[in-house]
Amino acid sequence: MARILVVDDSASIRNMVSFTLKQQSYETVEAVDGNDGLAKAQSGRFDLVITDVNMPGMDGITLCSKLRLLPAFKFIPVLILTTESSPDLKMRGKNAGATGWLVKPFNPDKLLSTIKRVIR
Amino acid sequence: MSELSQSISEPSKQFLSFFLAGEEYAIDILKVQEIRDWSAPTIVPNSPSYIDGVVNLRGEIIPVINLRSRFSLANDPQLKNPIVIVLNVFDGKKYRLMGLFVDAFSETYDVITSKINPAPANISVIDDEFIIGLTTVDQQMIILLDADALLNSNELAPQHIENVA
Amino acid sequence: MSIDLSQFIPTFLEESFEGLELMESSLLNLKQGDDDSINAIFRAAHSIKGGAGTFGFNRVTDFTHEVETLLDEMRDGRRNITPHDTDLLLKSVDCIRLLIESARDGIECNDPQIDANFRAIQLSLNNDDVVADACSTPSDDPACAAEEERVGWLIKFVPSHEILQTGNDVLRLFIALEEFGQYTTEVDLGELPPLAELDPQECHLTWKLTLTSDCSLDDVNEVFEWVEDECQLVVTPLQASQTKANEEQGISDDVVAEAAEVIQPQASAPVISEAEKVPVQSVGSIRVGIDKVDALINRVGELVITQAMLKQIGNELNELDDDNDTLTRLREGLVQLEGNSRDLQEDVMRIRMLPINFVFNRFPRMVYDVSSKLGKQVELKLSGESTELDKTVMEKIGDPLVHLVRNSLDHGLETPDERIAAGKEPTGTVHLNAYHQGGYINIDISDDGRGLNTEKIREKALEKGLINADQSFSDQEINELIFAPGFSTADAVSDLSGRGVGMDVVRRNIESLGGHVSLSSTPGKGSIFSVSLPLTLAILDGQLISVAGQTYIVPLVSIVESIQIQQAALKGIAGQQSLYLYREQYIPLYSIRTLFDLPDKTSEFDEGMIIIVESSGHKYALLVDELKDQQQVVLKSLESNYMAVEGISGATILGNGGVALIIDIKGLNNLKKQPTSFDTSPQMLQGVCA
Repeated sequence: MARILVVDDSASIRNMVSFTLKQQSYETVEAVDGNDGLAKAQSGRFDLVITDVNMPGMDGITLCSKLRLLPAFKFIPVLILTTESSPDLKMRGKNAGATGWLVKPFNPDKLLSTIKRVIR
Repeated sequence: MSELSQSISEPSKQFLSFFLAGEEYAIDILKVQEIRDWSAPTIVPNSPSYIDGVVNLRGEIIPVINLRSRFSLANDPQLKNPIVIVLNVFDGKKYRLMGLFVDAFSETYDVITSKINPAPANISVIDDEFIIGLTTVDQQMIILLDADALLNSNELAPQHIENVA
Repeated sequence: MSIDLSQFIPTFLEESFEGLELMESSLLNLKQGDDDSINAIFRAAHSIKGGAGTFGFNRVTDFTHEVETLLDEMRDGRRNITPHDTDLLLKSVDCIRLLIESARDGIECNDPQIDANFRAIQLSLNNDDVVADACSTPSDDPACAAEEERVGWLIKFVPSHEILQTGNDVLRLFIALEEFGQYTTEVDLGELPPLAELDPQECHLTWKLTLTSDCSLDDVNEVFEWVEDECQLVVTPLQASQTKANEEQGISDDVVAEAAEVIQPQASAPVISEAEKVPVQSVGSIRVGIDKVDALINRVGELVITQAMLKQIGNELNELDDDNDTLTRLREGLVQLEGNSRDLQEDVMRIRMLPINFVFNRFPRMVYDVSSKLGKQVELKLSGESTELDKTVMEKIGDPLVHLVRNSLDHGLETPDERIAAGKEPTGTVHLNAYHQGGYINIDISDDGRGLNTEKIREKALEKGLINADQSFSDQEINELIFAPGFSTADAVSDLSGRGVGMDVVRRNIESLGGHVSLSSTPGKGSIFSVSLPLTLAILDGQLISVAGQTYIVPLVSIVESIQIQQAALKGIAGQQSLYLYREQYIPLYSIRTLFDLPDKTSEFDEGMIIIVESSGHKYALLVDELKDQQQVVLKSLESNYMAVEGISGATILGNGGVALIIDIKGLNNLKKQPTSFDTSPQMLQGVCA
């Protein structure tokens, strides 16, 4: 089953997302901020990265652009978690190479159906 | 620790006993936190006369009740090993630590509850309301005291502050 | 599918309550054309609705949905922002709050105002002419006409060449469509370059899909929302009558070019994100349980005691050997340790400090409600909202402050007519101002109303037996009687200032926090109530003093000056030494020995130190034997194991392990039972107040 990297500085969000994904037998790895995310990304193979935007250290948008520079992550889907659907944020995400976005407060059913657009 | 009976199966309670003005008294050991040597307390103004003051118990500030004064006995300046028994009692709302200043420590006893008899009236300088009962060990009479009642008497009741609704 | 997420409910609750507060404060200031605020309010409602849906709080979801609908119309410009709607929305915020609380507590909410509010919103929604046509979103327009006959959608999907580089997988997008129904695809290879030139990382294919489904246009657009900028997407209704042959001709490239501009799902509204509007915190934050903070503070308190003990030993070593190098280094180390402890203590106390805005933010709504109810026009000014104070103090100061503000609104401010008659602007002002001063935070509540009615207060005081007719007092002294127990000038108990809660309870609550409240008033112009609260509760800087061999501590913040006793300055009344002349004013003299009933009172006036202290705006002279060290002490309560003692605010443990009591100046006052203020008039010197 697919392996997903979950990056968010909020423990409750990480827990919720991980929990939901694991219910569907996805494998998850968690990271607490951009730097941690980048480090963990290079530790193994991933099929999808889900990251928050506002995090200490390195934010999600920067993480996305850095991931895109790694050969292994050039085509890996990266989804950013936002609390609002602002076009400005979406554009910044897109410019950094993000695949798409998920809006918080998150709905687990929505999460699971939406990621089907990018992974099995 | 002396045991009063060979039959361990009978229900019993453990007590800690001390001397005060020639009499031996005991308190439920579950209420005893520790025993300390006496040290000069800090006087607290406008306190009841039987409160010698407060002392520092590893960071907790606890009052010291002079048991002799409490029952209108004169103090004895020649006590060799006076102790303060630190008790942990429930006042109806919370637990408090308080010290009882007494003449000397005696020992701890296992008392079989059926061997505790009601005390006759006025058997001691200590008021009847604080006495649970009597027991005898090696022909020595020991008066069992109610720690909660003793320490929750009126003057030490908690004050309340009214709050804006 | 059901996944148990109940463990995440607390976070949802926290976020929702914050969102409701945001909605409330934004609604109070909402003006026509304020798009940012409307959008923020909408988003907050939207989040709450979404979260409530996650956890099955259906009543919250249903109710909030109506509110959201109303807000949606406002932000789209289809509805004007009217005072009626704003008021309705404010009440809706209250309702949502009630519903969330009931959901949280697992109980039914039967408050009738909720149903009433719900109906009012629906009424409002149905009443106004909605600008758009029968279909709810513009992008549905093409579909509208063919609504009845539509069996699905024709989708022409032309991705950009770089679409793969954002991690998108075109095939998976199509598979996502499967959720709605069956589809067939037809790929167009027309753009494919020769194999030799083909870059495998690029996409040169386009597709036409036929989706048979009763889903909405929004549903289809949503599947493609992530790639909307990276493709051209044309979605047209699939009619039952259309055959496969028709659809080939139906979609031409012209339509693609045009429609691509028209059909862009909701990207139009230029929303400035919240993050840009409010100052973005450049440092992150973490939530910490208050018990952890308290444990840390206790630990620091113990550290301070240990450090004091070491300092004491250091002092003793000083006396032994002045030249020893090791000792010198030890001494220096101890000095450094003292500095470190002090800094650590300050940093830790700051953790518990929060801006007073947490309390201030309930006032706009309260003033809005109360002023409407009273028929008064009131402008509320807040300043110093970022002034910080201890969390516990803040939690307890809220109610007293509310009471003081209600008092201003109820008694202080006049109705618009009365104000005009008095030559004032019809709108009155209530101003809350918070600022730091010394080791305290001051909160001034001022209004430009009619001021205190001194005569009425005097009458009431006479009636209640608080003063005698033959006593004369200054206006200030009379005004301060409103703080006396049992005093209330409200003739009927209104539900605002009444409920049997008087100013005396307010004052007592403030004083129980170690604070003080005072007032000043000018008839016809207004009143100011000043509340001052200590910044830190647990650790204070103290002056050690000794009286009759006992060590006490006087809080350094209260000390004005310390001087050697001057016999000439002593003044007795009725044989008792009660006054001290300080800077040409007689102030009360308190002998600690006498007040605390310590032994050996005979010669205390011969030698000794006078400490001039200030409390509640009054000065006093404390007579003690000796001044000792100054040091930081950790305030420990006497009440945990003993009880409250008048004149003593607490105790501390000294470096030598002994206990020292901390003197409470105001309490000394009560011990002595003397008048609190003095002038040198004969009546005052004789008189006794209660």
